[in-house]
Amino acid sequence: MTSHVSAALAPGGDIPAPHIEYGQIMPILLVLGVAVAGVLVEAFVGRTWRYTVQVPLAFLGLAGGFAWTIVLGLRDETHAVAAEGALGVDGPTLFLQGTILILALVSLLLIADRGTGSFAAQAAALPGSEAEQRTTAAGIIQTEVFPLLMFAVGGMLIFPASNDLLTMFVGLEVMSLPLYLLCGLARRRRLLSQEAAVKYFLLGSFSSAFFLYGIALLYGYAGSVKLGDIAAEAGRDAGSETLLLGGIALLALGLLFKLGAVPFHMWKPDVYQGAPTPITALMASCTLVSAFGAMLRVFFVAFENLTWEWRPAMWGVSIITMIAGAVIAITQTDIKRMLAYSSIAHAGFLLTGVIATSREGLSSTLFYLAAYGFTTVGAFAVVTTVRDAGGEAGHLSRWAGLGKRSPLIAGVFAFFLLAFAGIPLTSGFTGKFAVFKAAVEADATPLVVVGVISSAIAAFFYVRVIVVMFFSEPEADGPTVVVSPATAAAVVLGLAATVVLGVLPQPVLDLAGHAATQMFVR
Amino acid sequence: MSPGHYLALSAILFTIGALGVLVRRNAIVVFMCIELMLNATNLAFVSFSRMHGNLDGQIIAFFVMVVAAAEVVVGLAIIMTIFRTRRSSSVDDVNLLKY
Repeated sequence: MTSHVSAALAPGGDIPAPHIEYGQIMPILLVLGVAVAGVLVEAFVGRTWRYTVQVPLAFLGLAGGFAWTIVLGLRDETHAVAAEGALGVDGPTLFLQGTILILALVSLLLIADRGTGSFAAQAAALPGSEAEQRTTAAGIIQTEVFPLLMFAVGGMLIFPASNDLLTMFVGLEVMSLPLYLLCGLARRRRLLSQEAAVKYFLLGSFSSAFFLYGIALLYGYAGSVKLGDIAAEAGRDAGSETLLLGGIALLALGLLFKLGAVPFHMWKPDVYQGAPTPITALMASCTLVSAFGAMLRVFFVAFENLTWEWRPAMWGVSIITMIAGAVIAITQTDIKRMLAYSSIAHAGFLLTGVIATSREGLSSTLFYLAAYGFTTVGAFAVVTTVRDAGGEAGHLSRWAGLGKRSPLIAGVFAFFLLAFAGIPLTSGFTGKFAVFKAAVEADATPLVVVGVISSAIAAFFYVRVIVVMFFSEPEADGPTVVVSPATAAAVVLGLAATVVLGVLPQPVLDLAGHAATQMFVR
Repeated sequence: MSPGHYLALSAILFTIGALGVLVRRNAIVVFMCIELMLNATNLAFVSFSRMHGNLDGQIIAFFVMVVAAAEVVVGLAIIMTIFRTRRSSSVDDVNLLKY
């Protein structure tokens, strides 16, 4: 063993310093830097000032990262690896990172909204205890949320950019660990929130253990964790097939869990329902985009020569995800839970774009992710505005007659639901059309047939909510609609993106197509 | 002993951990089983590193240890909170969210 160790070191015993392209990975560094600065603010700034310092800091970090991503995208040369091959900076990655950053900015509007007060004043205070009443009465606002958010977003940026599996695992954990905590911080219905955190944590770390064992098996197969090396080794058709297939299966399990594809979807409804709604909006948009980005990179780069091996299984997963998501959603009575099952069904639609394994599949998936992300953030923003005495009115029956009480909010929500259903002139239609077209071109027509059928099933429960809102009498003690400026801004942004991507999708379709021209770097 | 034996041991440990997660009821024990799975992975990494004669696997094992430590911090915090609220750390008792 010692001979290997000494051989790996340079002759003089010096370890050469790695070369890092700081400019190329600046968005990630900026977001993580702001997260660290946020921790310092928690430690050194007085309680009364923390909120006023943290919010602009987080906003600047995300906006700066987004601006830098655009600058990187405008250069001619957008096809390179950075940090000794650990991170890929290419078209799809920049598109995904830009999408994640802009969606995180919209979610930040919801998270920073003091009017709705979604977060517990002190997470450590027992629910219903004197300490909790004291901290709430003192008007304390929890500001640990902002650094946790920035760490999570930093992980989300690393996850789809990582060009080797170790970086991908670290990105996955940097993304997940803050999210586990954020789920447990709801101000109201704290038992549900804590339960969501426990379930998400236990299932999430269970799945990342499988993901890691998959990495170990692929390392055993290829002798390297770089995606390009694994692809080269698989192209040579050498080595143990057991290790390769086992590795693909376990790695896919970990990724499919993060997407919430059936049969690894069990956490999604519980966590979406229990988590504070701004965090649900963040998870439903940014985490999904990030996880799909990683999925695309792994399956388009490392396993590109092995489509015959993984495609049949992915077909099955995609079909049951679409059908189960749509069918189970019909029976839901809680609005957030229903949106969670809708998100599961959408993960199934998106998987058809991954299965296409073509340039069109990649660009259409990128477009769908951006379109769906904006719609889902807008929909959860609307959910935070419909409130009764105990906080948000989650039960569907409480939404009865909302169209008469507040036509504007009910109308906007109805529009978001129609976009989820994929009605023409909304972004949902354009996105679905693009992925289904790519799937047909890649000879996956049966998949598209199942997709269209489950879209029709899903349309049933979206329309049911619209009927409940507009064609039933409001209850006497029904919920009130409270819209604060920040939430209104989030709703308007979600709405604007949904309309624009539905009516004038071509510029963004071109952008996604341009991002996908050179595919992934390796 | 050949590296193959260590791989077999790693697979056995991983399976014990996965089974433990599925059958045990105490959240702390479930969590310990997840840690066992991560350590089984470390053993696999180090054995493969030995087989391939490069150091990548050993370096990955260090990263996994760091991640596992961070996971312990977050996990115990979450489990402690729910234990203080409910006076129970059984995963059967967290059953408010369903269907």
